[in-house]
Amino acid sequence: MVEFYLQLHPVIQGLLKGLAVILVIFPIGGACSMAERKVSAWIQGRPGPNRASVPWISWIPFLGTFLQRLGIFHVMADGGKMLFKEDALPGHVNKFYFILAPIVAMIPALTTVTTVPFGAYLDEAGRVIPLALANVDIGLLAIFAVSSLGVYSLILAGWASNSKYPFLGGVRASAQLISYELSMTLSVVPLFLWVNEPGREATLGLGRVVEFQSQPGFMGGMWFLFIMPVSAFIFLTSLFAETNRQPFDMPESESDLVGGFHTEYGAFKWGLFFVAEYAHMVIGSAVFTLLFLGGWNPLPWVSLADMATWVHLADQPILLGVLSIGIFLGKVLAMIFFFMWVRWTVPRFRYDQVMEIGWKKLLPLAIANLLAYAIGIAIIQK
Amino acid sequence: MTIGQILFNLFALFTLVMAAGVVLNKNAVNAALCLLLCLVGVAGLFVGLNAYLLAFLLLLVYAGAIVALFLFIVMLLDTRGDARPTLNRLPLVARILATGLILGGVASFLQRGRLVSPDIAGTVGVGAALKPYAYQLFTTYLLPVQILGFLLLIAMLGVIVLSKKFVGMEDIK
Repeated sequence: MVEFYLQLHPVIQGLLKGLAVILVIFPIGGACSMAERKVSAWIQGRPGPNRASVPWISWIPFLGTFLQRLGIFHVMADGGKMLFKEDALPGHVNKFYFILAPIVAMIPALTTVTTVPFGAYLDEAGRVIPLALANVDIGLLAIFAVSSLGVYSLILAGWASNSKYPFLGGVRASAQLISYELSMTLSVVPLFLWVNEPGREATLGLGRVVEFQSQPGFMGGMWFLFIMPVSAFIFLTSLFAETNRQPFDMPESESDLVGGFHTEYGAFKWGLFFVAEYAHMVIGSAVFTLLFLGGWNPLPWVSLADMATWVHLADQPILLGVLSIGIFLGKVLAMIFFFMWVRWTVPRFRYDQVMEIGWKKLLPLAIANLLAYAIGIAIIQK
Repeated sequence: MTIGQILFNLFALFTLVMAAGVVLNKNAVNAALCLLLCLVGVAGLFVGLNAYLLAFLLLLVYAGAIVALFLFIVMLLDTRGDARPTLNRLPLVARILATGLILGGVASFLQRGRLVSPDIAGTVGVGAALKPYAYQLFTTYLLPVQILGFLLLIAMLGVIVLSKKFVGMEDIK
């Protein structure tokens, strides 16, 4: 199996790896939509979706009823509905861009996955090797660049729909996403100033950030969440705005814009927008985990290499790789739960408040944070 | 030709076609999207030249933000976007200037349009290029960077002065 894989052309190997990661991201996106319904139900004190069931599975004692209560089968029911529902195309839209928009939504969401490292293993020399589709030095910049193209799907959807509410949603999206991109980029600069110590080869790679958080010692093993809480806060807030999550979901904002940019969409095209939003959330959570939560290190001050010696997996690269991916995915899913928790806790801002928070609060805070850390790092690292 | 060269040529052709699309499209939204694809093509060319940093900066700044703002403005001002002045009404001076610029550009391209390709073995990797790049910006090219920054600041102030209605704030005016 492994030999057969290794003798394939590198391009085909790359395609297979990409397909594998997409096969993971896409169902997570679907499962997130279900999780959102369930989490919102728990937060609001109601049972949530718990009726759909598949006959043979629900006949299993305990497990079947448990899965039914959990609403697992609603994912399939929803997916099936979206696939087979009539996909009406309104007569007044610009057809080309109307159909293009959901596709454009998916492309950046799935392309950014290529540069996100999602696990690690130890080689014979005991070094930690990150697992990623493309381990590029430019790491975070590539993710920011490609994910910034996601705004076009919202603009195009709003414009092509050729009606008032979607149009307002599109205009809001274009202004909001650009505003928060600034704070987001500025918030991670101190982190990379800290990581790129003098005398080292400069890098923007996310693998290096995790490596930095897994050094021995009190300061070495500290996650960046504790060293740079302000950066983490700004990054997280901007992430909410960039992924259109409440309290920043101005482009769709059901209470004043009906459905915002996707008012005119139905069936699978509408579903694609949602899977793209959740894929953006998954990738945003993954980047936040890598930057501020120690990536695949199980706990602060406990690195993956330490853990490998405790559980005697140091010489088992495959098992350790699976374990590290498990730890990483666990953190990502916890972050996604946090996204949902905030959504059902914090009320939506008004549009002028969104702009004011972005330009008058977060951006000056990000610049002050950058200056303070730049001076501090210059003094510490000489 | 290697795969790299074929891709480079394809990206060059793509960039040219999209650039033509920007100029020839009557619909402003179409033109802005052609500009976006043109920039993506240029980023592809940069990747072909191993200038990854430039490619991603181009995508991040121009494709990700500036063209989005263009679209924002186009959508705000004129959603149809098909009413634009025809070429005939352009003043004579502008036409002569434009022709002169194009001729000058083509002439200079013909005369010294050869890039001496650097020694491939001597060029540094992607990550290693970040530091020298930043170092150059803050030493050799410090003055141009500052002047550009100042220019942008003036433009921003100008926009505020032009667009803002200073009602009840006569002292600022």
